[in-house]
Amino acid sequence: MYPKIFQDQSFAKPLASLVSTRRSFILGTVATAAGLAIGYRMTGPARAEDAPAAAPVHPFQPYIAIAPDGAVTITSSQFEMGQGSYFGIATLVNEELGADWAQISVEGGAGNVAAYGNLAWGGAAQGTGGSTSMTSSWERYRKAGAAMRIMLVEAAAREWAVPASEIKAEMGNLTHASGKLASYGEMAIKTDGLVLPAEIPLKPREMWTQIGKVDLKRFDSKPKTNGSLPYTIDVQLPGMATAVMIHPPKFGATVKTFDAAKAKALKGIVDVVQISRGIAVVAENMWIATKARDLVTVEWDESKAEQRGSPEILAAYREAAKQAPANMARNDGDLAAGFASAAKVLEATYTFPYLAHAALEPLNAAAMMKDGVVEVWGGHQMPDLYQYIASQIAGVTPDKVKLHVMRSGGGFGRRAVFDADVVAESVEVAKALDWSRPVKVQWTRENDMRGGRYRPAYVHAMKAGLDGKGNLIAWANHIVGQSIMTGTLFEGMAVKNGIDFTSVEGAANLPYAIPNLGVGLTTMTTGVPVLWWRAVGSTHTAYAVEAFLDEVAEAAGKDPVEFRLALLKDHPRHAAALRLASEKAGWGTTPATGRFRGVAVAESFNTVVAQVVEISIPSPGAVKVEKVICVVDCGTAINPDQVVAQMEGGIGFGLGSILAEEITLTGGVVDQGNYDTYAPLRIDQMPVIEVHILPSENPPTGAGEPGVPPIGPALANAVYQATKKRVRTLPFAKGLTA
Amino acid sequence: MIKININGVQRDIDAEPEMPLLWALRDVLHLSGTKFGCGMAQCGACTVHLDGQPVRSCVTAIGDIGAGKITTIEGVSGNVAETVQAVWTELDVPQCGYCQSGQIMSAVALLSENQKPGDADIDAAMSGNLCRCATYARIRSAIHEAARRLEA
Ligand code: FES
Ligand code: FES
Repeated sequence: MYPKIFQDQSFAKPLASLVSTRRSFILGTVATAAGLAIGYRMTGPARAEDAPAAAPVHPFQPYIAIAPDGAVTITSSQFEMGQGSYFGIATLVNEELGADWAQISVEGGAGNVAAYGNLAWGGAAQGTGGSTSMTSSWERYRKAGAAMRIMLVEAAAREWAVPASEIKAEMGNLTHASGKLASYGEMAIKTDGLVLPAEIPLKPREMWTQIGKVDLKRFDSKPKTNGSLPYTIDVQLPGMATAVMIHPPKFGATVKTFDAAKAKALKGIVDVVQISRGIAVVAENMWIATKARDLVTVEWDESKAEQRGSPEILAAYREAAKQAPANMARNDGDLAAGFASAAKVLEATYTFPYLAHAALEPLNAAAMMKDGVVEVWGGHQMPDLYQYIASQIAGVTPDKVKLHVMRSGGGFGRRAVFDADVVAESVEVAKALDWSRPVKVQWTRENDMRGGRYRPAYVHAMKAGLDGKGNLIAWANHIVGQSIMTGTLFEGMAVKNGIDFTSVEGAANLPYAIPNLGVGLTTMTTGVPVLWWRAVGSTHTAYAVEAFLDEVAEAAGKDPVEFRLALLKDHPRHAAALRLASEKAGWGTTPATGRFRGVAVAESFNTVVAQVVEISIPSPGAVKVEKVICVVDCGTAINPDQVVAQMEGGIGFGLGSILAEEITLTGGVVDQGNYDTYAPLRIDQMPVIEVHILPSENPPTGAGEPGVPPIGPALANAVYQATKKRVRTLPFAKGLTA
Repeated sequence: MIKININGVQRDIDAEPEMPLLWALRDVLHLSGTKFGCGMAQCGACTVHLDGQPVRSCVTAIGDIGAGKITTIEGVSGNVAETVQAVWTELDVPQCGYCQSGQIMSAVALLSENQKPGDADIDAAMSGNLCRCATYARIRSAIHEAARRLEA
């Protein structure tokens, strides 16, 4: 999930330049495989091959297709990993289109950056992240729905010789007072020669029937309750083999030699091949591949590998945190003078571990070559890049790569990677087999857990100064950790003046009014690959800021809510969320015996979330989160119940990480391999959650990630009330007992 | 050749007896509703019923099943299953949906044994089923609601 920096248009430029070198390929694709085959099939043909030579070119062609039987297929530019982007986009389309929900399905699109480029990033690259799906789709997909409806109405008007203004379009039918009736499907094949108006008007807010409808249900829940929804792991192609990977045990190691003689003797083994990222054991099925893997011996070249353990890495970070920051991300007022005049100075250091995404579907992708075209099935979260990388590996031009965008079993950022990891592996393995058959690379849980691309470990050194009246007059936050963007295609754009925005977001844009304020960054280098992890920088910055602020409020002798509100005069959205959350939680009243409360507020991806948690302490050293009150301001809530679902899920996901998740390394080797040692939240730890959505007429912002950041600090602050212990080392499994 | 009764049909599986049922279902029989998440009985994504009891198919060897009757998400049926699936859809429990076959198999087994599970019963029966999307609040509500409907 991309961080906020990508809302700056400049982000997309590196990818755009990569894309522009294949401009002709993109246009070619629109007119051939991807465009019409999935396109706006007003004239009926269902496949590109059947399209008439002069197929109607229409600006909304790549988004919606209506078949003669009335089936509406929406092509989504945004990746679906559970967060509901397909439903959100379908809601936007259907607000204007007026189809019957039973006729709607959504597919993932790729290979047409002009149509699918993420508008929140300037439109130059397709991708999903930074909770931008609804922001990017807000006008685009409503307009596509409206354009489609206008065409259908015009077609009916022509057919029936009545004014278009007298035709009603709803529930997939066109009707006229004279009794005339046609389904959308019938009229879709009668739109030849119609021209869209230059301006496509959209319904005013007062007329919405879909957007903001509290009881609108997801159209895609049912196939998730009967096992019929296909994920990449379920892709079955004729003659397909399954490959299991052997990756280097240490990051940066490479294969020196390997011996697969024993593995190759197994019945059902296809081949054992070396590719750039390790050894692929290819077999007729997953079970044989897994068994054969254990028979392969590999000698690794570890001369360039990261050899340190996480304790050494974190010790180096803590040491660096004691020094002055290498670069300043924010510098207001005069920090030194502020601290010099302070009556009271507080300091605290917070330590955050590496975290794994650990989505329930382990990473996978399937590839094959057919008639000179490489087809790749996978969770293609950054399709333009993956298409390009696949073409490079296969030695074909990008127009000879066709991506099939599958829904994924979770993601949390892990399916958007700079090197296309498992996608690249699938193409490499298929190529190593001379394209003789389709191959699916299926990572085991251990491959996935030890595969790197973690939420980077961080250390925050915090310092605050209060004047004699308890006013917060100085704030210093030194952030030490690894950059996500450095060394990637996007470094030039995302890292400015030594500051990777993903390292400091949530800290550098601190909303509190403090006259002397410094946020510094020291970027460290390790061989451990890192990546965005649901809510990115705010997963650690919000904790450091909001937990430390609680310490400061206490030192000032002030109530944590009142203290924050006084500092939030210029941030009415934060203040409103905080006020409502404290009101709903009964903040200021005494909690029931044995219950303790904590509060936090954080903005991420332009969405503000405030949470109040209520906990109990079932036994010393244990914490039970009983209840969370959550208030969210995400602009217009397109699917309010899904905003609630994302807050619930974000809280559960975040809480698991705060309580017990941690990736550690010993001598460069990751210690955790499966869910026995890496422990996401389970149902018995899930609190009761009450979500309130602040009414807003602003355009939609994000919902997938912003539920995560406040839960950790809100919990830490409640734990302090209960135990008088400040947890400054995460996870709690480590920090609470330390 | 190993013979197993799956979803009421006797199936022949040409594989070694130690092959986990999960991979026999998915890769041999192409019943892909049962999911792989961990391979070591930690996540519950692979939950099926063996004579009505929930088992993790990733650690159940096909050679050990014998005359036991296997039910997968594709074959689960009856009043309890239909009620659970309907409530799951109505409450929009799934997010990514990947864990939900396993969640539903565990929930159906729970409600078949215990008509009125309390929260502690739900914790006990369902805590072997991970949901990385953390749909737990809705899973709990859905089980309570299904119990209410089944009682009525
Ligand atoms: S795959 Fe069987 S319990 Fe996880
Ligand atoms: S719904 Fe995604 S893992 Fe449960």
